[in-house]
Amino acid sequence: MKKLIEVKNIKKDYGKKEAVKGISFNVREDEILGLLGPNGSGKTTTIGMLLGLLKPTSGQIFINNLKLEENRIEILEMINFISPYIELPKKLTVKQNLYVYSKLYKVKNIKERIEYLSEKLRIGELLNSITGELSSGQKNRVSLAKALVNEPKVLLLDEPTASLDPEVGDFVRTFLEEYKKEKKISILLASHNMNEVTRLCKSVLMMKNGEIIDQGKPEDLITKHGRANLEEVFLKLSRSKSEFN
Amino acid sequence: MSLTRIYGLFLRHFYLITRSFPRILDLVYWPSIQITLWGFISNFFATHTTYYNNAVGVILTCAILYDFLFRTSIGFNMLFLEEIWSRNFTNLFIAPMRIGEILTSLVITALIRSLIGLVPAILLTSPLFGISILDLGIFLFFLFLSLYIFGITLGILVSSGLLRFGPSFENIAWSTMFLLAPFGCIYYPIETLPEIFQKIAYVLPLVYIFEEARNILINQTVNIENVYSAFMWNAFYFFLSIALFYYSFNAAKNKGTLINMGE
Repeated sequence: MKKLIEVKNIKKDYGKKEAVKGISFNVREDEILGLLGPNGSGKTTTIGMLLGLLKPTSGQIFINNLKLEENRIEILEMINFISPYIELPKKLTVKQNLYVYSKLYKVKNIKERIEYLSEKLRIGELLNSITGELSSGQKNRVSLAKALVNEPKVLLLDEPTASLDPEVGDFVRTFLEEYKKEKKISILLASHNMNEVTRLCKSVLMMKNGEIIDQGKPEDLITKHGRANLEEVFLKLSRSKSEFN
Repeated sequence: MSLTRIYGLFLRHFYLITRSFPRILDLVYWPSIQITLWGFISNFFATHTTYYNNAVGVILTCAILYDFLFRTSIGFNMLFLEEIWSRNFTNLFIAPMRIGEILTSLVITALIRSLIGLVPAILLTSPLFGISILDLGIFLFFLFLSLYIFGITLGILVSSGLLRFGPSFENIAWSTMFLLAPFGCIYYPIETLPEIFQKIAYVLPLVYIFEEARNILINQTVNIENVYSAFMWNAFYFFLSIALFYYSFNAAKNKGTLINMGE
C-alpha cells in the first residue's frame, strides 16, 4: 500500500522546550493510525505540523509524496482536519458553511457533494439550521461533513468523538470505518478513547514527552505489556517510561 | 490566485452580514450618528469662526472622510477577529488559501462593509445640512482611494499583530485609529500641532489627504502635490504592511500561534 503520510525525524522546539523530539512514522493508504499519549505529549504539535500550521524545527513531512514545505497549497487541497476545539462559523447555516468551504477547497460539483455528505452523515434536515444552534452531536457530524467536503486523501482527527453520547459516537466511528474502506484514505486519529482506538486503528503510536515510546498493533501492545486492554497499556506507558525501555 | 477561493471567503462574511439585521443596523447606525453630530458642530463653526465661515461643511466633509477611514480599518480588523471569536481560525488556515487570496478577499469585504455604512451617511448630509461631499469633485475619488488604502494598511498591520501575538492583541486593534487621529490633522491645519508632532504627521498620508480636502473646500484650488504625497506614503506603508503580514504568518507558524488561536 502507498504511503500517504511520511514523517521523517521531525522536531519542534519552542525556545528551550522540545515539544516533539525527532519522530518518524508513516500512514498508508486505507489505514487508520492511532496517535496516543497523555496531554502535553506532542500529539497536537505533530498534527499542527502535518497541517502546515506549525513549522518543524527540523525534519521532513511528505503527503502523497509531496514535500509539505514546498507544496503547502497542493497538500492542503488533499487533506482535512476535525477537532472539537475548532468550530464552523456559528451564525451561518449548515448549508452556507458547507458551501463556503466547498468554494475554499474549489469543489467542482458542490450541490452533489453536499447532498452526498448530507445523506451519509444524516444532516439533510439540518442544512437550513443555524450552525451555532445545533447540539454537540449534530455539530460534530456537520464538522465531519466540512472535513470531507474536498474528498481528502488524508484525514486528521483530533478526538473526533469527544463529548458525544455513545449512540452518536458509534455512528461516527462506523461512518469513518466505512468511508475509509470505500475511499481508501489515510486517517491519523488522536484520541483518548481507547475503545475507539482499539476498534478503528490497525496500529498505534504511543507518545510521551515529545517522543514515540512504543508502537504496534493494539492487540500486540496489549500482549507485549501483559495488560488486559489498551487503556491499561496507555496508563502503564504514560506513568513510567523506564518500565518498558 | 484563485477567484473561487477569494469569492468563497467573501461569501463567508457576506452571509454573516446579510443574515443579521442588527449587524446591518450596526454598520449603518454609527456612521449616520457620527455624521449627524459633526453636521451640527460644523454648522456651528461655519457661522461662528472666520476660518470656516466661507466653507460650510469643511468639518462635516472631513468627518465623513475620517469615518470612511475608520470604518475601513476597523472593518478589516473585524473580519479577522470574527474568525478568532467564532473559533474558525484554524479551519481558515488549513484551507488551501494563499495569503494573497485571504488578504484580497478581506480587502474587498472591508470595502463593502464601509460603503454599507458610508452611503446612507452621505445621503443624510444633503437633506439635513444642505451639503454635498461631491463638492470635492473628481479629487474626492482620489481622497477616498487614498483613505481606503491607508485604512486597509492599518487593518493589515493590526491583523499581523493578531497573527503574531494572538487574541491578546485585540485591544490594540480597537485603539490604532485613535492613536493616529491627532497626527492626521483631520479637523485642523497641521500648523496647530507642536513642531515635533508635525514631523510625525508629515510621514503619514493622512495629513496630506485632510489638508487637501480643506484646501479644495476653502481655497477652491487643488494642490496635486498633496494627493501625490498621500499616495507615495500609502504605497510605502501598504507594502510594509504586506511584508509584515507574511513575516507574522511565518513567525506564527514557528511560535504555534495559529494552532492555539481562539483558545
